[in-house]
Amino acid sequence: MVNENSVKDVVKEPYKYGFVTDIETEKIAKGLNEDVIRLISQKKDEPKYLLDFRLKAFKKWQKMKEPDWAGLGYEQIDYQDIIYYSAPKQKEKISSLDEVDPKLLETFDKLGIPLTEQKKLTNVAVDAVFDSVSIATTFREELAEHGVIFCSISEAVKNHSDLIEKYLGTVVPASDNYFAALNSAVFSDGSFVYIPKGVTCPMDLSSYFRINSGDSGQFERTLIIAEESSSVSYLEGCTAPMFDTNTLHAAVVELIALDDASIKYSTVQNWYAGDEEGIGGIFNFVTKRGKCLGKRSKISWSQVETGSAITWKYPSCLLLGEESVGEFYSVALTNNRQQADTGTKMIHIGPKTKSTIVSKGISAGNSINSYRGLVRMGTKAKGSRNYSQCDSMLIGDQASANTFPYIKSQQPNSEIEHEASTCRISEDQLFYLQSRGIEFEEAVSMMVSGFCRDVFNQLPMEFAAEADKLLALKLEGSVG
Amino acid sequence: MQSKMKESDPILEVENLSASTNNLPILKGVSLTVYPGEIHAIMGRNGCGKSTLSKIIAGHPSYNITNGDIKFLGENINSLEPEERAQSGIFLGFQYPIEIPGVSNLEFLRVSTNARRKFLNKEELDTFDFEELVKEKLEIVKMDHAFLSRSVNQGFSGGEKKRNEILQMALLEPKIAILDETDSGLDIDALRIVASGIKKISNAQTGIILITHYQRLLDEIEPNYVHVMSDGQIIKTGESDLALELEKKGYEWTDNFIKKT
Repeated sequence: MVNENSVKDVVKEPYKYGFVTDIETEKIAKGLNEDVIRLISQKKDEPKYLLDFRLKAFKKWQKMKEPDWAGLGYEQIDYQDIIYYSAPKQKEKISSLDEVDPKLLETFDKLGIPLTEQKKLTNVAVDAVFDSVSIATTFREELAEHGVIFCSISEAVKNHSDLIEKYLGTVVPASDNYFAALNSAVFSDGSFVYIPKGVTCPMDLSSYFRINSGDSGQFERTLIIAEESSSVSYLEGCTAPMFDTNTLHAAVVELIALDDASIKYSTVQNWYAGDEEGIGGIFNFVTKRGKCLGKRSKISWSQVETGSAITWKYPSCLLLGEESVGEFYSVALTNNRQQADTGTKMIHIGPKTKSTIVSKGISAGNSINSYRGLVRMGTKAKGSRNYSQCDSMLIGDQASANTFPYIKSQQPNSEIEHEASTCRISEDQLFYLQSRGIEFEEAVSMMVSGFCRDVFNQLPMEFAAEADKLLALKLEGSVG
Repeated sequence: MQSKMKESDPILEVENLSASTNNLPILKGVSLTVYPGEIHAIMGRNGCGKSTLSKIIAGHPSYNITNGDIKFLGENINSLEPEERAQSGIFLGFQYPIEIPGVSNLEFLRVSTNARRKFLNKEELDTFDFEELVKEKLEIVKMDHAFLSRSVNQGFSGGEKKRNEILQMALLEPKIAILDETDSGLDIDALRIVASGIKKISNAQTGIILITHYQRLLDEIEPNYVHVMSDGQIIKTGESDLALELEKKGYEWTDNFIKKT
C-alpha cells in the first residue's frame, strides 16, 4: 500500500530534477552527416560491422520523412542544430567507481540513484547513463557469478561482439521508422542485458537515463536478451534539467525472449515536460519492441509516462513463438501543454498467442493524451486472443483524450476484445471525499491512483510508490 | 431535561440563512439551532430546500450563501472548506452516496478517519490499528468485512451505501451529524440497523439532524424537534408529535399553514 503521507509531501514540490550538473564535457560540433557518424563510431572504437550498420541506417534515414500521422503539434526539429555526441570528460579507462568524477556520482545521488559501494541500492543493479555515455554499472561481479551480463552497450560491443552482431537491429530494424533510423545511425550508449539459459536474474536490473546538456540529443539503445527458461525484471527511469529549449530524445529498445523466457520491462518516464506555457521540455520519440521468439515466452511492458513535452511511444510485442504472451500496462499523464501519443502494437504471428493491453490516460490542463494501438492477428495465429482496455480520465475542461484502436485480423479462429471508457473527476466525487475531511489535492490524487490501480499493481514495488508520488506531483494545481 | 441541555452552548447555529445556486435562490432565511444531545428532524416536500440546507452546512461549492451565517461551536464557518468542516466534526450523511471507482473503501475510511484524528490531536492510525478500530465499528452497522476491500460505494446496494455512511459516521465521531434521507431506499430490517447504529453513535454531546419524508425513521429515533420546510423556509417547528400530525394530514396541511401566515 502506498504511504499517503509521502504523496502529500511531494504534492507541493516543483520538478525537482531540473538542475544542471556543471561538468566539463566533450562535445562534437552540431550537425549530422556521414563524417559525424564515423566520428562517433571511431570515438567508441567500434568494429566495422557496426559502422556499416550506422551508415546504412543514416542513408535510409535521409530518404525517410518525419512521421506526422500522430498529429502532434511541435516546431520543426532542425536536425543540423543538434549535438550528436556529448560525454562528461573523464579518464579513458575507469576500473572502479572511485575513479568516476565525484560530480557525476553526486548528480546521481541527488536523483536518488546512489552508485557508490557504500550507498548503492541493495536490491537493484543500476546502469547510470549521463548524456551520451554510461557512467557506471553496479553489482556487475555479483551478476556475473550467475552468468548475467549487465553493462553499457558500448562495452558489450567490445566484449560481447558476437551477441551484438547477432541481435542488434533484429527486433527494430534500422528502416523501421524515422526515429529508429536516426537512432541506429547515431546511438551513443545504453544498456545491454544477457540472461543465460535457465537463469532467473537474482535482482532487478535498471537503467537510469539522465540528460544534462541542453543542446545535445540523447539517443540511447537498449538490448535485452533472455535465453531459454530465463527471466529478468528491468526498470528504466529518466529525468532531465529544465531548459527553455527542446531536447530530442530518440531511443530504441529491443527485447528478445527465447523459449519459456520472460522479460518484464518497466519504465517511469519523467523527462522535463516544459513549463505551464509549453516552453521547453523533451521531445520523446521512442521505439520499443520485444520479440517473443520462443515458445511460451513472455514480454511484459509497463510504463508510467508523466514527463516530456511530446511523447511518441508504442512499446510493442511480436508474438512469434507458439503460446507466447505479450502484455502492455500503461499510465500516461499529461498536464499543461503536454502531448502524448502512446499505446502498443500486439502482432500475433504464432498460434495460441495471447496479449493483454491495459491503458490508462489522464489528461489535465490544456494537454492532449491519445492512446494509439494496433492488434493484429496473422494468418497462422490460430487460437490467439487479445484483450484491450483503454480508459481515459479528464481533469478540467480544457484537456482532451483520444483513443485510436486499430484491429486487423486475418485469422477467423482468434478473439479480440476491446473495451474503452472515458470519465471525468466529478465535483460530486471531490465533495464526497472532502466532506470526509480529505484535502482537495489528496482527494484528486486518491482518485487518480485508484484509476491507475490495475497498472500500478503490475509495477515493481518501489516503482509503484514512486509512480503514485509522481502523479500527485504532476497534478498539483491542475484541478479547481 | 431540555432546559438542562440548553445550559451548554449550541453546536450549530444557522442564522437567517439564504443561499442560491446559479443565481437561483434555494434557501430564503432559514434559522435553526442545535444543542448537544438534541435530535432535530427536518421534513418537507422534494425541492423544499432541505437537502440544500444540509449540503450548504457541509460546504458544497455549488451553493453561494447570499445572506446569514452558519456557526459551528460558536465560530462562523461560512468560508471554511468542506474538509475543514468535516475535520472539525460536521458530518453529512448523503442521500445518494457517491461511487468512487478504484479507491478502496478501507483506504478511504482510514485516510478520512486520520484526517479527523489529526484535527483532534489524536495519533493517526496505521493500517493494523485501523483494522482493529474498523472491525469494532462494522459491528454497529452489521456490515461484512468484505465491504472494506471493495471500491467506495461501487456496486453497493442502496442499503449497503446507507450503512457505509453510518459506518463513516461511527469512525469520524462527529459533533453534529446531518443525515439526508438516510432512511430512503431501506427495507425494514436495514432501517432498524441504521437507526440503532445512529443511536449507538450519538450521545449527550452530539447533535443530530434527520432529514426525512417518513415517520418510520422517527418511530425508531424520536426527535426533540420537528421542522417543516417549504420553499426554502422553515414554516413550522414543533415537537415529535408534529411529525405524526404531518403523516396524518399530509403536506397539503402545511400549504394551508403558509397561506395562513
